[in-house]
Amino acid sequence: MTRNLITPAQNTWCPGCGNFSLQHTLKDILAGFEKEGRSLDDVVLVSGIGCHAKIADYLDINSVYAIHGRTIPVATGIKLANPNLTVICCAGDGDAYAEGLDHLIFAAKRNINITMIVHNNRVYGLTTGQYTPTSPLGFKGKSTPAGTTEYPFNPLELMLASGATYIARGYTRKMPQLEQLIRQGISHKGFAFVDVLQICASFFNMTEYYQSRVYDLNGHDTADFEKACIKAREWDYNRDAPIALGIFYEQALPTFDDRYPARDISTEERMRRIREFFEASA
Amino acid sequence: MKELSVLVGGRAGDGINNAGAVVAQLLNHLGYFVYVYTDYPSLIRGGHNFALVRAADEPVGAYNDRIDYLVALNQETVDLHLPHCPDCTVVANADLVKSLQSGQAVSINSVLKAESAPAITGNSAMIGAFAKAAGIPWEIVGEVFRRHMPKAVDENTRVARRAYDQVHTSRPIPAIAGRPHTLISGNEAIGLGLVAGGLSAYIAYPMTPSSTLLHFLAGTAERFGITVIHPENEIAVILMGLGSAVAGAKTAVGTSGGGFCLMTEGLSFAAMAEIPIVIVVSQRTGPSTGLPTYTGQADLRFVQYAGQGEFPRFIVAPADPGEAYSWSAAAIRLAWKYQIPAFVLTDKTLSEGTYSVDYERLMDLPSPDPVLWDGQEPYRRYRVTPDGTSPLAFPGRKDAVVKVNSYAHDEDGITTEDAGLVTLMTEKRRKKEEKLKEEITRYPCVSVRGTAGAATALLCWGSVRNACDEVAARLGLRVIQPVVLSPFPDQQFSAACHGVERLIAVEENVTGQLAALAREHGVSADATILKYDGRPFTPDELLLRVQEVLPS
Repeated sequence: MTRNLITPAQNTWCPGCGNFSLQHTLKDILAGFEKEGRSLDDVVLVSGIGCHAKIADYLDINSVYAIHGRTIPVATGIKLANPNLTVICCAGDGDAYAEGLDHLIFAAKRNINITMIVHNNRVYGLTTGQYTPTSPLGFKGKSTPAGTTEYPFNPLELMLASGATYIARGYTRKMPQLEQLIRQGISHKGFAFVDVLQICASFFNMTEYYQSRVYDLNGHDTADFEKACIKAREWDYNRDAPIALGIFYEQALPTFDDRYPARDISTEERMRRIREFFEASA
Repeated sequence: MKELSVLVGGRAGDGINNAGAVVAQLLNHLGYFVYVYTDYPSLIRGGHNFALVRAADEPVGAYNDRIDYLVALNQETVDLHLPHCPDCTVVANADLVKSLQSGQAVSINSVLKAESAPAITGNSAMIGAFAKAAGIPWEIVGEVFRRHMPKAVDENTRVARRAYDQVHTSRPIPAIAGRPHTLISGNEAIGLGLVAGGLSAYIAYPMTPSSTLLHFLAGTAERFGITVIHPENEIAVILMGLGSAVAGAKTAVGTSGGGFCLMTEGLSFAAMAEIPIVIVVSQRTGPSTGLPTYTGQADLRFVQYAGQGEFPRFIVAPADPGEAYSWSAAAIRLAWKYQIPAFVLTDKTLSEGTYSVDYERLMDLPSPDPVLWDGQEPYRRYRVTPDGTSPLAFPGRKDAVVKVNSYAHDEDGITTEDAGLVTLMTEKRRKKEEKLKEEITRYPCVSVRGTAGAATALLCWGSVRNACDEVAARLGLRVIQPVVLSPFPDQQFSAACHGVERLIAVEENVTGQLAALAREHGVSADATILKYDGRPFTPDELLLRVQEVLPS
């Protein structure tokens, strides 16, 4: 049965918002899964809180509309409890890089087999325009009217340092590439990280800036960590530089969930073992 | 009551806990009920540690300062404890205790040398020496070593035997008619109870005094078929726990007050999204870092009210491992039946204390099952039902779209700001509380002990009940212990208070938190006896303080 992948919930993203591209991309990927005979019953979307997170209401698949910054621990718990599920996180840059940064680093460190998509518009939209960890130096937001006094950090470099085994960057105005990057991230066995540059139509419209600087990573050796570092540093989310899009790094390593095998013990056997423990402690 | 106490003392890192556990088993095998209290500073090495083993011919769960046998691994133990018990029988390590007025000393070093045994077996020499001084037959010592020495049984036994032979029996402990009981700690009992209740996963970040629960379950994970994870912090702990539960795994998390502070956003999420979770909170002395390795009962109000918004929660505070086992199993089942957070509220005294438990006499509580989706009508995660509980389905279930949401939501789990829907769903969650309140009338939520019908009663909760039991026995008082603290068991509590003319609240906090809770439910304590120095009430001390507030 092919299901309608969009819920009747009213869409409230601003016209021109980058989130539409991501929603359509995910919808296309899910529809593709169905065509391949994969059941969407086995897919779970986990979102944070922010404009991006409304995607949990809009896509008609299993979802956990979680709390700000906490997509990854929720997704990790789901994956550990049922490793057969395909678990995809959609998080904002405030979610992933501010409130929940510790979880992001640990997900990479553990190589938990989930996919993390960061809707990186480099501004807080839902709270109406404050700087995020990836806003450029001097960004004038409502909490920093005189401009920020701190440099952004580079999420790709951070992920390389933390042990992520799939690191990619996409752009919402390059939808075919974006779809391919996310699809490959979902297929990747391990922690897949996709930073997605998108514009905020209301508070940080970077369309022209991105359009004139993005280019595709062609001929890049994704198995080479050193080259990945060099490419990741080319643009630091602050200074003017060409912005590479594509897969920066990919590596196959054992996953966290693989190390926790399912242990099926019947209730009777459990109770027998509990009794045995009591007896051995006398 | 026939009783005796043995104090084993030394430096942190000397293995005092293990030595205390073996001494407890010796007394257990002589037929006594035992209780072990361990006192240690927040240090890995150095500092003074002691284990106080109290044995009696009836169940005990508290210690007194009186000591009959002092096993001193170092001079400091003698200096600190001997002045308080000048008549006690001393067995000392001759290598480190240089000024001993009375008692017997054995050189651990020479015993180890003669047996070519490693330093780690040194405590066995002290245990052997104590056993002989206390006239414990060698057969019992050998049996206890075989059963309870975790490794190097032969070496430890030889070391104990050599020391045993160097000492004479100065104060024999008579064997009494009684079979050995199971000796387990409160945290072990909580872990076993959770496993019995169907636990699939336990997730925790280390924090005293909850850490031994993490260690116990991690060590027995394979045996009991559970997954145990130690993530980056307590925020991750509870959110992973909630993810795990969403996917259908019965999950518990554990911490102490400071860690629970970090869990409160997750707690509130669990409430709104109706995700079942068990949270074990083991209290220590606060506020803040406080006294990490000492006890307290100052977090009842915190646990009762933590989290933004209003929502039902189940809170149980067991007093001993028997209650901890049965109620931990009940907590996980009730959490799943009502899709709510359930707390097991314990403290350092219970978590880390060791007690005699009779497996055959463990309380059998009801074991309700969660309500699952029958697959008939399209799945709606938050379907409104007469009792407020929506049937559960888990992602992966064929043809179910499971939408879990932290926002106010409709029956499908889609975000809403509609006033009518918000009211409906708030009342839905409220209904679960009413149903839970009804359900727990079938559980023994208030324990009444001591002299039934006595007009003076001690009101207490958690581990303090054990000291109250003893005082009540000596003075002919009633003891009233609400085991379930949320939802508050009004009817059972007022029945328990029937005929009480003088109610004395006994708590290990500075404000009288249970007394205040009881007052909200229409029962006012006439006096409060409070203690907040991190040490548990001893029955002797409590007896004096109760006498102070009784009419002369």
